[in-house]
Amino acid sequence: MTPVIEVHELVKEYPGVRAVDGVSFSIPQGQCFGLLGPNGAGKTTTVEMMEGVTQPTSGHVLYRGEPLGARFREEAGIQFQKTALQDKLTVRETLTLFSRLYPRGRKVDALIETCALGEIANRDNRKLSGGQMQRLLLAVALANDPQVLFLDEPTTGLDPQARHNFWDLIRTIKADGRTVLLTTHYMEEAYFLCDVIAIMDRGRIIAEGPPSRLLREHFGDVVLELPREDFPADVSSFPLPVLLASDRVEISTGDVESALRTLLEQGIPLQHLRIRPRNLEDLFLELTGRELRT
Amino acid sequence: MSVRRLFAVWHARNLEFLRDRSTLIFNFAFPLALVIAFAAIFGGQPRALFKVDVVAPPAAAINARLHPFLGTRYVDFVRVEPDDIEGAIRKVERHEADLLLDLRTAPRYWVNEDSPKGYLAEKLLLQAAGGQARREPVSGAAVRYVDWLLPGILGMNMMFSCLFGVGYVVVRYRKSGFLRRLSATPVTAFEFGAAQVLSRLLLTVSVTSLLYAALALLVPFRNEGSPLVLLLVAVAGALAMISFGFMMAARFTSEELANGAINLASWPMMLLSGVWFSLEGAPAWLQSFARILPLTQMLDAARAVMLDGAGLPQVLPQLAWLAVMTLLFLGIAAAGFRWRPD
Repeated sequence: MTPVIEVHELVKEYPGVRAVDGVSFSIPQGQCFGLLGPNGAGKTTTVEMMEGVTQPTSGHVLYRGEPLGARFREEAGIQFQKTALQDKLTVRETLTLFSRLYPRGRKVDALIETCALGEIANRDNRKLSGGQMQRLLLAVALANDPQVLFLDEPTTGLDPQARHNFWDLIRTIKADGRTVLLTTHYMEEAYFLCDVIAIMDRGRIIAEGPPSRLLREHFGDVVLELPREDFPADVSSFPLPVLLASDRVEISTGDVESALRTLLEQGIPLQHLRIRPRNLEDLFLELTGRELRT
Repeated sequence: MSVRRLFAVWHARNLEFLRDRSTLIFNFAFPLALVIAFAAIFGGQPRALFKVDVVAPPAAAINARLHPFLGTRYVDFVRVEPDDIEGAIRKVERHEADLLLDLRTAPRYWVNEDSPKGYLAEKLLLQAAGGQARREPVSGAAVRYVDWLLPGILGMNMMFSCLFGVGYVVVRYRKSGFLRRLSATPVTAFEFGAAQVLSRLLLTVSVTSLLYAALALLVPFRNEGSPLVLLLVAVAGALAMISFGFMMAARFTSEELANGAINLASWPMMLLSGVWFSLEGAPAWLQSFARILPLTQMLDAARAVMLDGAGLPQVLPQLAWLAVMTLLFLGIAAAGFRWRPD
């Protein structure tokens, strides 16, 4: 079956910068594909080339096997990272405007219900909170009942509760069988929502696959976390390899029992011990030597 | 108050302004254009005291050799084509010309018996001609300046509303990213432009109609023609000017730049389109240029309807010209339209 979106060797150059450097991947029907990477990795440029709003320097994008055209514009829903809506319209009027731009626009009431905008439907869209605005922008992106949905960092700047509410919305939309492309620099968001992720750094994809498989392939261990103050000041002669973070010590191990025995032998209290599996943040650090949120 | 802080902000603003080359150029180009326009209209020879329209034999020059009267100083002699003699007689009736002199055969002249300047010009003519000229008296009240000015004022108001109303808004949409959002929908530049033009058209024509009605109650003025034809002229003129504003805003990303460019376009129209005074005495090249401008065409048609009672057939050439300009401006705007600010 032809993938919904195919990206072939996309390159985007700006004067003095190669923002995207030969990116290729494809997204099958119904998949949620995540582009994960730090700010400046080239995610937004990649997704804008896929949306047809930025022209690539070289390479091409296919929608259902064809170059982007009228069919794509009618079937794609797009939520830009930064966008403005027309001033002095209410939420309902904004949705009416966008719904009418498409031949098969969704009913405004259905959009309001899907994106939980009922209480603010008659509010001026300039007077919305960050979370409400993101929900409105998502509703705008859904106005054409899209087959494929592009979400560019949709939860950046939202508080944790608003972010979790937004994730619930996306999961509902995914359940309808729509194809979703999501960019984010929140690893937990990618892990929670995406079937497949591609990790981007400096314009290139450095790893691609289902999140759990990527973690399994790169890590056979777990991390033991302990408070820094429970350790001696000098850890250079400690019998286990330790990583010092600001307020804690991290020990990576594939043999938890043996590590715990060593800690007890060294007189380290285990009262505040936390064992966590490896996450995408660790994976990015492992692949690039840098932290994701820098 | 801190002068130091004030200076810091003043300096930063100056740097921003100076580095915005295109805005800077417009800020200098605009006053320069104003100076050139004024010089072209009011410069040169001192204004004549009398205006005499002359119908001369085809190859003859308008000078004293043709007739001694034509050597008289401080009289502005304007050649009139034989086909236009009816219009020229109407000008004498309305005191827009002091005399009309036909020199194709034996001298013959038209003078308005109610016009003081016509009386004096006639004395000068008869003195120069030794009394040898056939008199064709006409009568008619002068067109009051208010009757002549009113279409100009309404037209000027429409022009500013049309140019700035669309130009500014489109640039703001582009800057805020709203246009970028629309570019991801099936909307085309032509559809977007046409929607803006029609929205502003409704507003401008409604406001102008209300103004017209209010003025009709307050300052009774002359309208010899059909209000419906006048409405049609207003619609055609507004469409052309809004499309012009949309074309100006098709690519700009800075409101300051758009402001400069629209000013640059609107001031020559205000001066050259005959809002305040007729350009009849101005150089021919300037009149030819003025005739291209949409405001000129709209005012010509509006005055023809209001002052001369012209009907639809008489104003069709102006309406056609305005329609052609509308399509041209919209076409250029759609072809070069920029959705994104970068």
